[in-house]
Amino acid sequence: MSHYFVLAGILIVVVGFALRLNPMLVVTVAALATGLISGKGPVEVISLFGKAFNDNRIIAIVWIVLPVIGLLERYGLQQRAAAVIRAMKAATVGRLLILYLLLRQGTAAMGLISIAGHAQTVRPLVAPMALAAAEKEHGALESETVERVKAYSAATDNVGVFFGEDIFIAIGSIILIQQTLAAYGYALAPFELAIWAIPTAVAAFLIHSVRLLLLDRKLHRHPRESGGPASLSEAEKKKLDSRLRGNDGGQT
Amino acid sequence: MITLQWAYALAGSMFAAFAILSVLDRSNGKRLGNAAFWGLMALSLLAGSRLGDFGNGLLVLGLAGLGGFNLLGRSAPPSTTEAERAGWSQRLGNRLFLPALIIPATALIGTLVYNYTPLGEQGLIEAKRETYIFLCLGALIAVGVLYAWLKPPALAPLQEGRRLIDAIGWAAVLPQMLAALGVVFAAAGVGTVIGEGTRAIIPEGSVFLTVIVFGIGMALFTMIMGNAFAAFPVMATAIGVPLLIQVYHGDPAVVGAIGMLAGFCGTLMTPMAANFNLVPAALLELKDQNGVIKAQIGTAIPLLAVNILFIYFLAFR
Repeated sequence: MSHYFVLAGILIVVVGFALRLNPMLVVTVAALATGLISGKGPVEVISLFGKAFNDNRIIAIVWIVLPVIGLLERYGLQQRAAAVIRAMKAATVGRLLILYLLLRQGTAAMGLISIAGHAQTVRPLVAPMALAAAEKEHGALESETVERVKAYSAATDNVGVFFGEDIFIAIGSIILIQQTLAAYGYALAPFELAIWAIPTAVAAFLIHSVRLLLLDRKLHRHPRESGGPASLSEAEKKKLDSRLRGNDGGQT
Repeated sequence: MITLQWAYALAGSMFAAFAILSVLDRSNGKRLGNAAFWGLMALSLLAGSRLGDFGNGLLVLGLAGLGGFNLLGRSAPPSTTEAERAGWSQRLGNRLFLPALIIPATALIGTLVYNYTPLGEQGLIEAKRETYIFLCLGALIAVGVLYAWLKPPALAPLQEGRRLIDAIGWAAVLPQMLAALGVVFAAAGVGTVIGEGTRAIIPEGSVFLTVIVFGIGMALFTMIMGNAFAAFPVMATAIGVPLLIQVYHGDPAVVGAIGMLAGFCGTLMTPMAANFNLVPAALLELKDQNGVIKAQIGTAIPLLAVNILFIYFLAFR
């Protein structure tokens, strides 16, 4: 029976993350507890954790791209991405968001995760453009429709980045998979993993695109009912704190 | 021979520079915390193989303490203003995307050339590690091209890199911590215990049922924890490796890659992933704070089903 106690580590991770405790502490406590419960001494456990961390240093290699991305941002990469989005032309909300989905998946697959995002592009550009497209087609929008169009704008950004980024080899999740499997003796190259992200990327594009076209049809069924103003209220432009800027290290 | 140690040395030097620039940055009230954190990362990358296992263990505890007790601050390295950026963006046009392409292109072309021409037979690069070496080379080439093209100040690549790494903060190290946790789980026999338990529940020999449990388990664990990175080592240890790969001989690459993506479907459906789901609802001033999640469920559930089918059909060809 007692060998089931090693599962305490999993419980600590699940509860710790669910309670939103600091993940660095949760992971450390889970590792130490699991090692101690399995009958190792404190020094042995710390050594085991240290060796495992050292053996996984390759994961830190993904940050080698930061000086390049940072330099490009210095010269207006995000503004450039915004210009590309602003130039998107589409007749309906659904088609506009499909174009954005394609752009987001494509750039994420190139490793450009942070050029777009909720704070960078969805709030200032994509959502207002989607609302404008809806208004142009259907007239004044009821508040329920405004909500739905905004929510779909944010959803499209998430779907695009989640199911594009794993095609890029130097992304945390790909190297985490590689290293986790390496611990069991399966040596895989990053490309062998990234290539299997492609079928899901295509499926995500197709499924979400169909849903966006269905959104168009749904909007058609409830044409023009007067409602509140459709555009985002510019009155209170909240000062965004760092957490909202979209640079969260890609922990999806 | 070019070994992985060269890549560690390059990344380690970068983190060392981040640490030094952090010390000098008086705009950040917690600059010593940042300096210590990135300094420990630099030490790990530059000298990890000489610190000994216990030394590395203390290093990890140091990182966990600095990150866990919120001792890092956000810096404001010198950069361009919003107006300057808009001006550059207009002047340079879409050519600005090209330097970013240098990195994946170098990694891809380098790996292909190395593996499919006689070049690889020279043994210039440590076996199976060539992609990482070409990735580093690509980053260096891209920085070189940008120096030549736009002539930024000498320290700009490091200062701009520090701006981004400080925005990410301790989360930059979390994937590596989780991978290490996975190793500890494996060493403690967690996988064996769960593998036995799962085998008692799932009928012997039913590959399809096991794949379903794995896929839905990835999504559910991700929903509870708000993070597929944390769920992956757990589910790999529990079902992915002991059952799908070892007992049923599934292709490890497919089980790993698509298993992680099944977890991402869970990320779309949980308020625990606040950055992706709750923050945009607030930014867009939605009345329903779960509005974004509701818009995503219709994509996430069919996509999870597709991922489960992909694992079943592609891993067990």
